[in-house]
Amino acid sequence: MSDVPPEKAAAHWAKTRSLMWTCLTIWFLASFVVHFFVATLNKVVILGFPIGFYMAGQGSLIIFVVLIFWYAHRQNAIDEEFGVAED
Amino acid sequence: MIKGDFISNLGRIYGFYTGGFIAFVLLLAVLEQMGVPNRIIGYLFVFLTIAVYAVIGILARTAQVSEYYVAGRRVPALYNGMATASDWMSGASFVGMAGSLYILGYDGLAFVLGWTGGYVLVAVLLAPYLRKFGAFTVPDFLAVRFGGNPARVAGIIVLFACSFTYVTAQIYATGIIASRFLGLQFEVAVFVGLIGILLCSMLGGMRAVTWTQVAQYIILIIAYLIPVVWLSAKITGVPIPQIMYGGILEKITAIEKTIGITKAHTQPFTDYNMLNYFALILCLMLGTASLPHILMRYFTTPSVRDARISVGWSLLFIFLLYFTAPSYAAFAKYEVLTNVVGQQIASLPGWVKAWGQVGLVTVTDLNKDGILQWAELKINTDVIVLATPEIAGLPYVVAGLVAAGGLAAALSTADGLLLAIANALSHDIYYKMVDPQADAKRRLIVARVLLIVVAVFAAWLASTKPSDILSMVAWAFSLAASGLFPALVLGVWWKRANTAGAVAGMIAGFGVCLYYLIGTRYFGMPEWFGVKNISAGLFGIPVAFVVTWVVSLLTQAPSKEMMDFVDRIRVPRGGPVMQQD
Repeated sequence: MSDVPPEKAAAHWAKTRSLMWTCLTIWFLASFVVHFFVATLNKVVILGFPIGFYMAGQGSLIIFVVLIFWYAHRQNAIDEEFGVAED
Repeated sequence: MIKGDFISNLGRIYGFYTGGFIAFVLLLAVLEQMGVPNRIIGYLFVFLTIAVYAVIGILARTAQVSEYYVAGRRVPALYNGMATASDWMSGASFVGMAGSLYILGYDGLAFVLGWTGGYVLVAVLLAPYLRKFGAFTVPDFLAVRFGGNPARVAGIIVLFACSFTYVTAQIYATGIIASRFLGLQFEVAVFVGLIGILLCSMLGGMRAVTWTQVAQYIILIIAYLIPVVWLSAKITGVPIPQIMYGGILEKITAIEKTIGITKAHTQPFTDYNMLNYFALILCLMLGTASLPHILMRYFTTPSVRDARISVGWSLLFIFLLYFTAPSYAAFAKYEVLTNVVGQQIASLPGWVKAWGQVGLVTVTDLNKDGILQWAELKINTDVIVLATPEIAGLPYVVAGLVAAGGLAAALSTADGLLLAIANALSHDIYYKMVDPQADAKRRLIVARVLLIVVAVFAAWLASTKPSDILSMVAWAFSLAASGLFPALVLGVWWKRANTAGAVAGMIAGFGVCLYYLIGTRYFGMPEWFGVKNISAGLFGIPVAFVVTWVVSLLTQAPSKEMMDFVDRIRVPRGGPVMQQD
């Protein structure tokens, strides 16, 4: 909006973008990279779960849920820091 | 119903509703013990739950355009999360996913991952920005960001391609469930389902669908959890199946070794190779983040802030079902390996016989020794969830509860999809392109007529049992991801993306994906790099990104106004960019 000075908007967006990349990196690790090592991870068994199987059936899902709530919290803090949060 | 009162009393209203539903289930359990026949129990479950949804749908009727399209943007984050969860979880997720995991083992977890991880992309890349923009539909956003009707029409075509097969499959699922539990003829059952869907959505649009979806989520999650919690308690002594199935997996692996099953349950990459496994995850995730009936749910929250948190709630509620599904599969497999395989065929457990009679379980004594071997048993994916109450030795009332849950899952998804299609037709085509002068009353009449037309057509198609359409549902994710994901994401994150780039990218991505799907399925086209048909988005998505990027750079940069417009959707402050009446 016109009431947000351009420098402030640019700084806000830079920080938002870096949060986005952080989130996408974690998402990529939990979605793909971890499961690439499933055969190795399956050699470790906890409570009966081979860890490779566990990560695909439960572990990565928990990471996704926590990641979204953490993102929402961080992004709201960024908005407030730059004074562009909703009134 | 007074609106302010309704929103501020949501907790109490849905609390009473949940209590009422549990009391209803207990009452039916008592009736069953008193000798009321199973058939009557089935009828009561199906008709009473549909009646409740219909009452909510009628109470939430509206004559206001913004209520009809975006529920007045007053849905609190938590409740929007519940509504999104039931919007998302289809009849197939509810009834079929555990069965797929039973058959595929580890490789089936690609669906569990793919259908959850996409919400991270929804939260981080799209939902808050689309909410700030303030559109009624996804094509509406494309039209404004990419200057006009070509982008809108491209968006509508993709939306229609991915949503229509999907809604047909949901209506088909309601028909299957209703016919199985009511003993109705399938074609009749489809139209019973259709009435249920129309009663929920027609009068109140998004507002009615939102509040019925919340009600449907509560029923479907209770119905999904109870049988497997009970089974876990019975087998392991602890009623937490999601933790206890670890021990069961260990036992399954041991039995698999002794009886010589080479394809172990926890063994990766047996049905899908690594490339197909990861390609499927990618397509499902990016598809999740592009399906219009999901994205439009985040248009209904009161603020950008709420939209973000609401995605978290959505995934939490979805997670409750998806992290339970693998435990269903494990418990069922354990049961089959210990009490079914290796038994005399003449004395198999009752559930095997019962589901064998309806053709969902087949036992063929290949080596004629009178004993059932692992390879001689074939199980339909729907059986795992449907038979678990019987395996656990639960009364019939629980089977009826599962039917009500499956019906809730199918109806809620059908409602959301139908609304996405009908709204694109009424808002984007009729109001924005045909008659921009139409008043509110006329727009709502058109919206409702189109909703009925689309619903009746989908129900008619479902009643013909079109096997092609049903297997095409899996295409929806690749089509949505190839056609919409790059345009939506670059529209927010890359200011330089322009009209020519976006439209060319949508056409190219969608075209490549469709070409691969149709070519490999109908014209015997060889697979590229061995990638299965279901992951066609692996080719469509990069093509769409590259074409959007190259064409945008080769053509004129967007105007200063457009750059300012993008700046405005990037900051939450300052109310919606697009003012709707």
